[in-house]
Amino acid sequence: MGGLSLLSLVYVALSYAAAAIFVGGLMRKLWGYAVTPNPLCIPTTPSPATKGGVVARLALNIVAFADLFKGNRWTWIGGYAFHVILIAVTVRHLRLFIYPVPPLLAEIQPLALLIAMLLPLPLVYLLARRKMVDRYAWISSPADYGVLILILLIALSGLGLKFVSHSDLVGIKHFLLGLLMFSPVDMPAHPAFIIHLTLVLMLAVYFPYSKLVHAGGVFFSPTRMMVDDPRERRHINPWAAK
Amino acid sequence: MAKADFEIPDIKNGVSVPAVKPGAMAHVKYHPASEAHLTKLGFPAKRVDNWKEVALAKMNELMGKYKSLSLFLDVCVKCGACADKCHYYLGTGDPNNMPVARQELMRKVYRKNFTLGGKLFGGLARAEDLTEEVLREWMAYFHQCSQCRRCSVFCPFGIDTAEISMAAREIMDSIGIGQKYTLEIIAKVHDTGNNLGIPKDALIGTLEFLEEDVKETTGVDVKFPLDQKGAEVMLIVPSADFFSSPHVDSLVGYAKVFHAAGISYTFSSHASEFANFGMFIGSYDNTKKIATRIADAGRDLGVKRIVVGECGHAYRVAYSFWNTLAGPFDYLDKNHSVPTHVCEFTDELLRRNALKLDKSANDEFTVTYHDSCNVARASRMGTEPGGQFEIPRNILKAVCNKYVEMDPEANREKTFCCGGGGGLLSDELLEVRVKGAAPKVSALKEVMDNQGVNTMAMICAICKAQFTKVLPYYDIPMEAVAGVHQLVSNAIQLGDK
Ligand code: SF4
Ligand code: SF4
Repeated sequence: MGGLSLLSLVYVALSYAAAAIFVGGLMRKLWGYAVTPNPLCIPTTPSPATKGGVVARLALNIVAFADLFKGNRWTWIGGYAFHVILIAVTVRHLRLFIYPVPPLLAEIQPLALLIAMLLPLPLVYLLARRKMVDRYAWISSPADYGVLILILLIALSGLGLKFVSHSDLVGIKHFLLGLLMFSPVDMPAHPAFIIHLTLVLMLAVYFPYSKLVHAGGVFFSPTRMMVDDPRERRHINPWAAK
Repeated sequence: MAKADFEIPDIKNGVSVPAVKPGAMAHVKYHPASEAHLTKLGFPAKRVDNWKEVALAKMNELMGKYKSLSLFLDVCVKCGACADKCHYYLGTGDPNNMPVARQELMRKVYRKNFTLGGKLFGGLARAEDLTEEVLREWMAYFHQCSQCRRCSVFCPFGIDTAEISMAAREIMDSIGIGQKYTLEIIAKVHDTGNNLGIPKDALIGTLEFLEEDVKETTGVDVKFPLDQKGAEVMLIVPSADFFSSPHVDSLVGYAKVFHAAGISYTFSSHASEFANFGMFIGSYDNTKKIATRIADAGRDLGVKRIVVGECGHAYRVAYSFWNTLAGPFDYLDKNHSVPTHVCEFTDELLRRNALKLDKSANDEFTVTYHDSCNVARASRMGTEPGGQFEIPRNILKAVCNKYVEMDPEANREKTFCCGGGGGLLSDELLEVRVKGAAPKVSALKEVMDNQGVNTMAMICAICKAQFTKVLPYYDIPMEAVAGVHQLVSNAIQLGDK
């Protein structure tokens, strides 16, 4: 580690710090949800009366955003497209963190790239939606626009890395693997990469302290996760006096 | 048409999503609770000096006690899917009546005081302290939520604004700011066993009168027993059923069903109230106390079953919470659900062909059914999810020849609240109630105009009281309101089976 450039030293430190905040912060949040009691049985009915039914509904909600679909088709289209594209983006980045790249992962890269490239579209759509519908404009705070813009910038800088200023992909991969293995090496001093990485680190730090925790929180929602069986099975309130 | 000093929503062409009208309902104020009632329910008699600290401490306590609250304050992505789902927003256009905005009233205080981002960046995250102004917003808009859970149906995370408004009311109570209507009623139920404060003598008088009345009209000795030890069933009904119209007609219906079934039952003077307003103010202790009173009454009377009458939020408390709050009900017969809704009870008799019915007795009525919010979205009847929709309909179809469905987008799981639930059924909130009723009334009007409906049946005491009051503002006679068991009462043939 002694031979690192100053720039690399700074970014190695920042990366570890951001990762620690991201993982630590998120775990703390989710742990908090996990241990906070449900004093009463409050599923929104009609609701499955069995655990299996609840899991099936959760799956449908995760895979298809079923509740949002019921709620608003226009928002669903944008939100759903955004999240599906995020999967493709993840697939695109996975190859940078795994060595050697498994054949299947390598094979789906062209398809993933095709989808991942679309990331700016739903973001612009979601931004416009917030601005243009009076109800959404009313509820949107600078933070709500900000996070969309941040992700948009990440997407644009990432696309720039890919298509405009061709970066040193091997160097990036070395750097990331080095971070992952806790034996950091120099990072490519490529401006587009530095910008991209900086924005990603900002997002990582912001994540656990913002509405983005919905990504994990969705698994804890009592109105969706509780089984509708209060007459059949006595639900015990953990903090009741007796 | 009933006159009002505010504008009645125009529902001629249905109710569409209104443009945002900031502050449209900010002027609505509820009557404050008296010191005596606040004290009686365990709250400070008047606003405490260090109210802000106390409120924040309470908020912190509740976030530790309720997963719903702590999670819901974090995970809303402000997608806005709920924004046009609340009947109070649809009826008023006040943006603070959008469910997400209602939540934000608490969330902004949460951000400011409990999150790093809110502390650091304040305004950018819309974080705000609990100021006098914010408190005023809380008082106004957390009393323009009927805790109907419609918003939660459409939210990708199931965020239930009712949980937030219950918590907000509990926080306000804890600093000595309460709503007269709800607190007064809770005090009465603790004192007399019912919301109306009816003493036992008056109850006896009413029941005797009803016995004579039914005898006169049907020639049959239908009993309305009170405190009869050893009866098979204890029947718990909202106290409005004893005294209000059209509620009482359903009470007669229950009695006739028991008579026809040949099952002995009794009312209780100790627990002469099904409603449980403790839930409206988020007070676990008060909700529990009221529920326990009922459980104790059943034990003392030595009954085998508890059957409950037509009341929406009360059925939520009974169905979802009784077992937790006042259970286990091990003195009751295990073969029946605790509690059994009177619709489940009647439906079972119908399935066994144990009731003799003359549907034509209801031929003057073309009937539709209003799903009460808390029955629809916070309870179940029967063993299958959705039984709360099918069972009352089965009954109606069995006792009426002419039955018509309203638009399913305004009924069943997506039903619009009557506009008077959750502690809002109070005169000074009339404007909120009339405007909030618009989406449901519009669905009703559609089937009245196009399919000749003249009667809307329902199973909730609050819905009945609310609709009899607000329908005239929309030029619909209050006689359009009926209880499901009122129609059962008309059709049921007593005497030889
Ligand atoms: S639907 Fe749920 S997540 Fe979306 S704005 Fe409403 S409460 Fe928030
Ligand atoms: S619970 Fe009902 S009244 Fe309250 S915000 Fe949601 S939809 Fe509106």
